[in-house]
Amino acid sequence: MNRETLLNLLLLCVLLAVPVWAHAAEEPFIITLVTRALIFAIAGIGLNMALGQGGLVSLGHAMFFGLGGYSMGILASHAQTYTPLFEWPILLEGSNSMPVIWITAIAVAGLAALITGQLSLRTSGVYFIMITLAFGQMFYYFAVSWPAYGGDDGLSIYVRNEFPGLNTLDPIQFFVIVFALLIAVLMLAAAVARSPFGLALNAARQSPARVEAVGISPYRLRLLVYVLSGMITGLAGALFADLNRFVSPSMFSWQTSGEIMMFVILGGVARLCGPVVGATVFIALEHFLGGLSDYWQIYLGVLLLVIVLFARGGLVGLVAGKQQAHD
Amino acid sequence: MIEPVLSVQQINKHFGALQVSKDVSLDLLPGEIHALIGPNGAGKSTLIQQIAGELKPDSGRIMLAGHDVTQLGTAVRSRRGLARTFQISALAMEDTVLQNALLGALGASAHPYRLWGSAMKRSELRTVAEQALDRVGLADQAHTVTAQLSHGQRRQLEIAVALTLSPKAFIMDEPMAGLGTQGSSTLTGLLGTLREQAPILMVEHDMEAVFALADRISVLVYGQLLATGTVAQIRSNQAVQQAYLGTDT
Amino acid sequence: MSLLLFAEQILNGLQFGIMLFLMAAGLTLIFGVMGLINLAHGSLYMTGAFAAATVASITGSFTLALVAALIAAAAAGALVEVIVIRRLYKADHLDQVLATFALILVFSEGTRWLFGSFPLYLNVPEALSGSVTLPGGIRYSLYRLALIGIGLLVALGLYVLIAHTRLGMQVRAGQSDREMIAALGVDISTLYTIVFALGAALAGLAGALVGAIQSVQVGMGEPVLILAFVVIVIGGIGSIKGAFVGALLVGLTDTLGGLLLPGFFGWFMEPASAVSAGSVLASMSIYILMAIVLMVKPCGLFGVRH
Repeated sequence: MNRETLLNLLLLCVLLAVPVWAHAAEEPFIITLVTRALIFAIAGIGLNMALGQGGLVSLGHAMFFGLGGYSMGILASHAQTYTPLFEWPILLEGSNSMPVIWITAIAVAGLAALITGQLSLRTSGVYFIMITLAFGQMFYYFAVSWPAYGGDDGLSIYVRNEFPGLNTLDPIQFFVIVFALLIAVLMLAAAVARSPFGLALNAARQSPARVEAVGISPYRLRLLVYVLSGMITGLAGALFADLNRFVSPSMFSWQTSGEIMMFVILGGVARLCGPVVGATVFIALEHFLGGLSDYWQIYLGVLLLVIVLFARGGLVGLVAGKQQAHD
Repeated sequence: MIEPVLSVQQINKHFGALQVSKDVSLDLLPGEIHALIGPNGAGKSTLIQQIAGELKPDSGRIMLAGHDVTQLGTAVRSRRGLARTFQISALAMEDTVLQNALLGALGASAHPYRLWGSAMKRSELRTVAEQALDRVGLADQAHTVTAQLSHGQRRQLEIAVALTLSPKAFIMDEPMAGLGTQGSSTLTGLLGTLREQAPILMVEHDMEAVFALADRISVLVYGQLLATGTVAQIRSNQAVQQAYLGTDT
Repeated sequence: MSLLLFAEQILNGLQFGIMLFLMAAGLTLIFGVMGLINLAHGSLYMTGAFAAATVASITGSFTLALVAALIAAAAAGALVEVIVIRRLYKADHLDQVLATFALILVFSEGTRWLFGSFPLYLNVPEALSGSVTLPGGIRYSLYRLALIGIGLLVALGLYVLIAHTRLGMQVRAGQSDREMIAALGVDISTLYTIVFALGAALAGLAGALVGAIQSVQVGMGEPVLILAFVVIVIGGIGSIKGAFVGALLVGLTDTLGGLLLPGFFGWFMEPASAVSAGSVLASMSIYILMAIVLMVKPCGLFGVRH
């Protein structure tokens, strides 16, 4: 077992152990903190598929995060007021059920990725970066100017959604749900990386001409990974909304897109658990440094600069060493 | 009348006011190595790009194994049996030699976009990849990272990837470029054995290799085809000597 | 809907567009010459606004405030270029994005630390306050008219600089072939610093000018930055002419969209829904414009594939 896998397992054990301890020690705040980190990690794993494996620098992933969040917000708010979303052509009622909400979030985000991806993936390089940023902003303004679901003020959901058999309001039980989803998403990301699709995508990132020359369309590869990536980040958005019981347009903001990218970079691009490391470090910094100074983001900025300029493999790279071509 | 495997018919291409291809027609017959030569700027690379599908000609047709592929993209032409090697090696540098060969096998397979299962463990792909590597002499380098290969070995790898496609025709853009004498002779030997598998259309500057390998030569000057013929015919062709070889002896 | 309102909104669109042009021109110049995507451009816009507000409140002079904005933004730009940006020219786009994003954090939080979270106020100068009556009976804010004027002057100045000066020649040469001009003995480092500082100065000027009609606060630059990106995508990266046309298109689309769309929806929807549907679509209109342009011309209107 190589160093990186060992590190990943260790990390996951710690992330499981800390909330369990906190539950026993009756410190629910810590459980919530770790849950927050895990949700960000899921968002980052989504982005990492497109970014690390596909080489797509998407600065608009908040679009999917927000769509997932608002899927939850809209479904849950209609459920709690007992009004249907619409009655014609078919009756669509709200829902309080987490699985239903997750499926909706994934479907909506996936659809958005399919549509915007067909436009943005026709471009490359800086055009792609700018366009993804622009689309994210477009959804932000859309959410702000749509009064039905709170507009700029956002939307509060009073009751946490339901999961069969569990009391989701109990921090440790919600944590377990999120942890299970994290493991599932990690396994999905690993499976995709190992798959024929993953081989082709990774090659397309390095040499698109080569991939075309063997009869595979780089565009199709990228679109597919973009959709998958959007779906995963959309799921994270729904979970985030559930955690806070609140959705607002800021979930669509460029700052959120930047943060998701930060989780990935801090941990190391294309490293399987990179986003997990990055999100955990970010939350830890936010909590500890934030307690010391209101302006902690300056230090975050400097840290990011240092990593970009001097430590390209991120924190996983520093500890686990250079990534080997896995064969 | 033998059916050509690849047939280029009356290709014309302009870049603004500059005409880079003028009424170019040539074909590639089964079992042959057909070299395309010409001075720099003659439009050889542009012609290759049009054959491969990277550029669309303004007019004319390209036929592969009897089918009109002029409107089809590069990836589709590859799947139909057109195998290409590049002037500047186009390989996944971070991946291993085996992974690059596997990519080729994957491209030729029925389900290249499959999301599940391990690529490395697909036995039918591995067999094809390993056979191709064996054929070009890179079997012992299978697990080397491509970036660490020598220039000559990268050329060999490109050919291995082309082989995995079970091609109907090879298009090679200056395969000898950058190779020393040793590398050239190794590659010349390899290319000689490939022609039974599929004919090769080869753009080349290395005249030694051309005269050693080519069954036929076509000469391209200022976007126009000056002459096509056997090595002996081209060597003794006055117009070619004037335009290309420069001296008159 | 009156013709006067329509004309006023067209002028607003032009004013908005011209200010966007100042941002977009700098961005596209930096990308065209140095191949660098700069997310921190919004921070330079903000720096200009803050410098102007501070100097205006101390000296009471708007002119001095504008000069301060130019100097502060150019200086900040030059400093950032020497310390950070220099290392990014050979880096890939991801690294450039991340590093300049990190700079946004440093600038934003740094400004918040220095000035606090509440907005500063920059007042329109006495001489330019009030409105004028234009031909046709349109009453329009003198200050906004001045903005259009200043913007056009800057555009003209940029044109003269690029087309008719030695520096401009180096810039144009750099746009087509970066390696070549180094080989020709042009001092690349200094050229790049100058271009970056010039772009920064333009952004700072825009920040100061707009700061008088909107508020001067942390985070004011990024929405404008993103709009400038839309402008560049529409106009074509690397093209200043494209930035100009794109900026005006975006400015007009946004303003006229906000004016016309609710009315358009009013034809077949009840008033309340028409207003909300209209304003929702209006907020998205710029991006829809971008999408349409991209579908027809993937490299933008005047773009050249680098």
